[in-house]
Amino acid sequence: MKEIIVVAEHRQGELRDVTWEMLSKGRELSEGLGGELSVALMGKDVKNLAEALKPKANRVLLIEDNRLEFYNSETYEKVLTQLITERKPMLTMIGHTATGMDFAPSLAAHLKIPLATDLIGIDAKDETFALTRQIYGGKINASVSFLKKAPQYMATLRAGAFPVAEKGPLPGEIVSIPSPLTDEALARRFLEYVEAAAGEVDITQADILIAIGRGIKDAENIPMVKELADSLGGVLACSRPVVDKKWLPKSSQVGTSGKTVKPKIYVAIGISGAFQHVAGMKGAGTIIAVNKDPKAPIFGVAQYGIVADLFKIIPVIKDKVKELKKS
Amino acid sequence: MNIIVCIKRVPDTADADIFIDKSGKDIEKSGLAFDLNEWDSYAIEEAIQLKEKLGGTVTVLSAGGEDSNESLRKCLAMGADDAFRLSDPAFAGGDGLATARVLAEAIRTRPFDLILAGTQAEDDGYGQVGVVMAEMLGVPHVSIVNRIEVQEKKIKAHRELEGGLEEVVEVDLPALLTIQTGINEPRYVSIMGIRKVAKKEIKAFGASDLNLKPEEVGLSGSDIQLEKVFLPLVGEGAEMLEGKPEEIALKVFDILRDKGGVA
Repeated sequence: MKEIIVVAEHRQGELRDVTWEMLSKGRELSEGLGGELSVALMGKDVKNLAEALKPKANRVLLIEDNRLEFYNSETYEKVLTQLITERKPMLTMIGHTATGMDFAPSLAAHLKIPLATDLIGIDAKDETFALTRQIYGGKINASVSFLKKAPQYMATLRAGAFPVAEKGPLPGEIVSIPSPLTDEALARRFLEYVEAAAGEVDITQADILIAIGRGIKDAENIPMVKELADSLGGVLACSRPVVDKKWLPKSSQVGTSGKTVKPKIYVAIGISGAFQHVAGMKGAGTIIAVNKDPKAPIFGVAQYGIVADLFKIIPVIKDKVKELKKS
Repeated sequence: MNIIVCIKRVPDTADADIFIDKSGKDIEKSGLAFDLNEWDSYAIEEAIQLKEKLGGTVTVLSAGGEDSNESLRKCLAMGADDAFRLSDPAFAGGDGLATARVLAEAIRTRPFDLILAGTQAEDDGYGQVGVVMAEMLGVPHVSIVNRIEVQEKKIKAHRELEGGLEEVVEVDLPALLTIQTGINEPRYVSIMGIRKVAKKEIKAFGASDLNLKPEEVGLSGSDIQLEKVFLPLVGEGAEMLEGKPEEIALKVFDILRDKGGVA
């Protein structure tokens, strides 16, 4: 039997969206190949999650162990090494997330299974897979293939890149599998989760967000945008490079590793629109983007676009807003 | 503490207008500026800060052609003690796995307490090289690290997760960490600083020096190969506001008012 295994990702009692996205893609692939879809779930007391996964797969491979309460690359790799060695799935799908990026590469290298990472497309083709990934920060797409035909493959899928199709339920038998873990000491140990410090303003509650990115170039250019935000009664937000440079706090960051926002209006200034940023703001009511690069991916998600030097156009917009608000 | 840092020289495409080259397999690189991969600039800075605090050495290495000396010298100017390069025509076309193998074999015979690598590269974006190296070298790893605290024979590290959450772990040394951007503020390197290290020797090692067979490196040692590149579809795309700045500003104001953005 041809089996595809999706490794379920969950944290703090909840399955993460990438799990449903992989299951949807996995079902399409397994149906096309005449195979079956399994989902591997590792954790402590996660039967409720197994129940939730049941209708989305032919079987739920459930591995419960107190030592799996928190994600750890070492325990995950041990459990999955046994599972994959025994079941020999033709494809193992893992999220290209903070968790998947942490264990998939070493697991694949350990098992000597070919791995393709950060996929935005995967389709069956000639007993192998046709793959799509992005390079140069998402400015270019690449068609990629596995170099050699192999009995087993592994892939990490980008979170948010695969839609979840609505389909009827699958039988979803729960199969409990004994954990191979022992009390053997681990070289890496989980300690705790910590939340990033909260900011003065909660950007997720704002109706209007004026967001800046790498294009702002220097901290001294921020007051100009802040003035525009203030005159609109909006709040200043940003993309990752602005936080990396310590110009705005982490609590102002929109994107995968920051906040997900849904304001009425989102103005993206000097933000190219990397996938990780767009994932955090695509739900905004109206998106206006200002960027000097007409090919910037942000224009693909925005309703209105302005190709211009932000240092020339923002002061004019700011003055216009102030002038017209008075009248 | 003896630290090894793996770096890569990449084209700076963040602000550049880029085009697909004639081969259809890559971008036209002739007009682009190159620099140290952004993630790696944080990794080398972190290594140098640890050295300044705890003593020891920082050795930096890169798999790449002679051009990579430019980035290695930048690391030397930042404060690294030694740099070397892994270069061989046979390394061409290597993916994340093949690159990790070359780097791991170069490190294997050297003493180290800690290996730092960037979480990913700006160009290929595999996000796998560091973690694979750890597996090949048989040391524990922690990826996407944005805070480090060195303790007795172990490190306490914060990993960046999604949604502003961090995972705190401890890991026994020797270990490998992949570094996330924002962990520190990479120091500025002056032209004078670069000049001071201009004469420092950067040795290069090839496949045979590393006891690697041709089939283990480059494209033949890879899991995946690139077929072709193309521009991403941008969806329906935005309605472009055009005209003089004054006219654009007026249109923006109208949109803001219509969508409830101006009270």
